Amino acid sequence: MTVVNLADAQIHVDSEGFLTEYSEWTEALAVQLAAQIGIQLTDEHWKVLRFLRSDYPAHGETATLRRVSTLAGVPVKQLFTLFPGKPAKKMAYVAGLPKPRGCV
Amino acid sequence: MRRLLILGGGTAGTTVANKLRRRLAFDEWQITVIDRDRDHLYQPGLLFVPFGRDEAADLVRPRRSVLRNGVQLLFAEVSVVDPVRKVVRFADGGAAGYDYLVIATGTSPRPDQTPGMLGPEWRRSIHDFYSYDGAFALREALQSFTGGRLVVHVVDQPIKCPVAPLEFAFLADAYFREHGLRDRFEIVYVTPLDAAFTKPIAARYLGRMLDERKIRVVTDFMVERVDAEQKMLVSYDDREVDYDLLVTVPLNMGADFVARSGLGDELNYVQVDKHTMQSVVHPDIFAIGDANDLPTSKAGSVAHFSSEVFVDNFCEYVEGRAMTHSFDGHANCFVESGGGKGLLIDFNYDTEPLPGHFPLSRIGPLSLLRETKANHWGKVAFRWIYWHLLVRGRRLPVPTRMSMSGKHRPNEEVRS
Repeated sequence: MTVVNLADAQIHVDSEGFLTEYSEWTEALAVQLAAQIGIQLTDEHWKVLRFLRSDYPAHGETATLRRVSTLAGVPVKQLFTLFPGKPAKKMAYVAGLPKPRGCV
Repeated sequence: MRRLLILGGGTAGTTVANKLRRRLAFDEWQITVIDRDRDHLYQPGLLFVPFGRDEAADLVRPRRSVLRNGVQLLFAEVSVVDPVRKVVRFADGGAAGYDYLVIATGTSPRPDQTPGMLGPEWRRSIHDFYSYDGAFALREALQSFTGGRLVVHVVDQPIKCPVAPLEFAFLADAYFREHGLRDRFEIVYVTPLDAAFTKPIAARYLGRMLDERKIRVVTDFMVERVDAEQKMLVSYDDREVDYDLLVTVPLNMGADFVARSGLGDELNYVQVDKHTMQSVVHPDIFAIGDANDLPTSKAGSVAHFSSEVFVDNFCEYVEGRAMTHSFDGHANCFVESGGGKGLLIDFNYDTEPLPGHFPLSRIGPLSLLRETKANHWGKVAFRWIYWHLLVRGRRLPVPTRMSMSGKHRPNEEVRS
């Protein structure tokens, strides 16, 4: 685990840069995290991020693309547009949640 | 009389019904299993059907014949569960009340969930092998397939028996080799994951085995639709994979009545406590086997190990005592690798599959994460164990909780 400075705060991250402390995330931090992977956050991004943040504490796992699509009403195709390439990982990264793990 | 209703007479439902019938007094407890059809299918055998192997025999037995006397069996299609009135309603208008409900209705492949999958090419150039009819249709398709690109494909996680598509790719490679035709075929493995498997150490072993067999892997592929006319898979990020013969694992989902009853997540899996399998909403409802949302494999081994925990807990629960047993996510799976060999993997919520020996350190006789003939014979022998011990609710000579004895971490550094 590493400690880094970002958006005027010290945060704990794993070897791939995913936040390890749920409570260290702020909206200002999300803007910085998104910028690091070349994403400028729009209202549509925020809709996804707020769902991910609110879903995690009760569900105990980072939501999958299908879960976001079904429960937050953002189609998977759009998730690929908002977070190009690897949307599941990028969403988790910006939302300050653990990297999604496919169940075995 | 206290009434226990078990929905689903598959691996988990049958095992639990038989175990509880021996534990709960006949004059106090009525145990009823409800299923929509008469036949109990030995699902691990389906993998071998497309290759015409002996392992594919003895696949089906009547559900009645594997349930103990004193367990009632009813045939009905569940329409909805009313957890407030404690009633299960059926599609034919009937209903049954319960004091305790166990949901064991499993998970099913749903080709209807991917546009283009069902249609005139379904079971012609597009196949699955997780159903009895599908496995036999694929046998015919393989026999008349004379060359070209075979694509083995997984739509999304989680799936029932998560190693089965890899095994299918290994067995297809061996099958073409045995017939001296391997050079006429290209085999491509297409997965939504970023590697051959979810867990890093096993992914590395299995990835190497795919390489050795010249099976190409396409990763991070989230399928949006199947273009059955052009014979290609199209992903959400507009990548395309052509095929001549597609063997897909459709999206897996729990039963629709789970969603209608307000008990499920986005894939209709019943939300339960991961150590007790008790519903997080209604304490008199439990969900066992593939039907629940446990963060481990959907596999018969999980159904088996978690059933042991569930039965002990249930007997405490109905006497008003605290449940003292906790499921650790223990799973183990034989991975058939072709040519009469196989691997074994053994893991739980916290420990990924590691190399070593099982069940006894150094002695084995089975090897973990290594291809051996003994593992293959273990898989073959398992059919007998399944019909005669496992679903009968008898104890198997393997521990319920995963053990670190006999396992070791490989020296190479692994990124998690």
